[in-house]
Amino acid sequence: MSGAEERLRALFVRGLDGDAAAYRAFLDDLTAHLRGFLRKRIYYLQDDIEDVVQEILLAVHNSRHTYRPHEPLTAWVHAIARYKLMDFFRARSRREALNDPLDETLDIFATSDEEPADAKRDIGKLLDQLPDRHRLPIVHVKLQGLSVTETATLTGMSESAIKVGIHRGLKALAAKIRGNA
Amino acid sequence: MKTEDLISLLSTGVTPADTGLSRRRFARALLLGGLGSFVLMLAVYGFRHDLAVVSRTPLFWARFAFPATLSACALFLAARLSRPGTRIGAFWAAPAVPVIVVWSAAVAVLCLASPDARIPLVMGTTWRSCPFNIVLLSVPAFVAVFWAIRGLAPTRLRLAGAAGGMLAGTIATMAYCLHCPEMSVAFWAVWYLLGMTLATLIGALLGPRFLRW
Repeated sequence: MSGAEERLRALFVRGLDGDAAAYRAFLDDLTAHLRGFLRKRIYYLQDDIEDVVQEILLAVHNSRHTYRPHEPLTAWVHAIARYKLMDFFRARSRREALNDPLDETLDIFATSDEEPADAKRDIGKLLDQLPDRHRLPIVHVKLQGLSVTETATLTGMSESAIKVGIHRGLKALAAKIRGNA
Repeated sequence: MKTEDLISLLSTGVTPADTGLSRRRFARALLLGGLGSFVLMLAVYGFRHDLAVVSRTPLFWARFAFPATLSACALFLAARLSRPGTRIGAFWAAPAVPVIVVWSAAVAVLCLASPDARIPLVMGTTWRSCPFNIVLLSVPAFVAVFWAIRGLAPTRLRLAGAAGGMLAGTIATMAYCLHCPEMSVAFWAVWYLLGMTLATLIGALLGPRFLRW
């Protein structure tokens, strides 16, 4: 476990400095850990795991500036994952109180698969709902891989507006997920 | 969107993380919140009329030091609780230190006073309004501090709310010191502390609702 901590922390710290490849490797590795973490905790809601994984990934990204390099990364990630999982349970119990008694939770043998299921909620659709000042920077820089300068020329926005748009847009996306939960 | 697409979205064109953000957010909140509480104090209560004279006495600054040291403790706790997975450990006890010092001084003063002077030393003339004045003055600081904490990543919302409420209450008490006529340490030991405790409890109550992210 401490091997994973060391490896993940090295990748994450490089990601904090802006190393995209290291950051990607970190997120890939983290995703596998999160699936394992969540399978043990919400085993009767396997369909929801990918949704919660995505929500945690977004939360980790949005709050990555709160990590201090000398602190244990496991504790930091675990606190976020736990917080988002509690949020998921809270939203779900509220929804169940409104409708849908018992649900499919008793269907133990209904389905079984090894592959990660698709997320039920589509973050891409939520992204489309964001205002242009958030959506365009994310689409061009983060999805199409253009540079900030190219995006600025393309959209007529200033470079700092692009950077702020990405930052605020990803936060707005997380807020939308919470609203739709 | 598949999870691998989200990962690629998050990592593509990633910029260095802004690690000074927490510090700047708290600095801005303290500045604006403190200013808000100060202006509210001026508007509602005004400076005490002998402020120029009394502010040259050590007793005035001893009184000011009580909320100021608690404020430092609250800021420390709020900053830690705004970050996921931090340990507080023995620092939980930090706010007890100024309280114990003031209580000890209060007990000493009361022991030395004649029996019929003791009640006035504790109650002063403004005990009825003092805690509520502090709570009222904490409102601007409260809003600012909650804004700061919410923009970071608190995961224990009730505790973070309590620390934020305590921070707001201590800022409000510092502002209130510029108005309050009470100069008995026994009075501060009870009524100032009550006002700051109320602010802390309100923070704990509102944290889970307003600090979600």
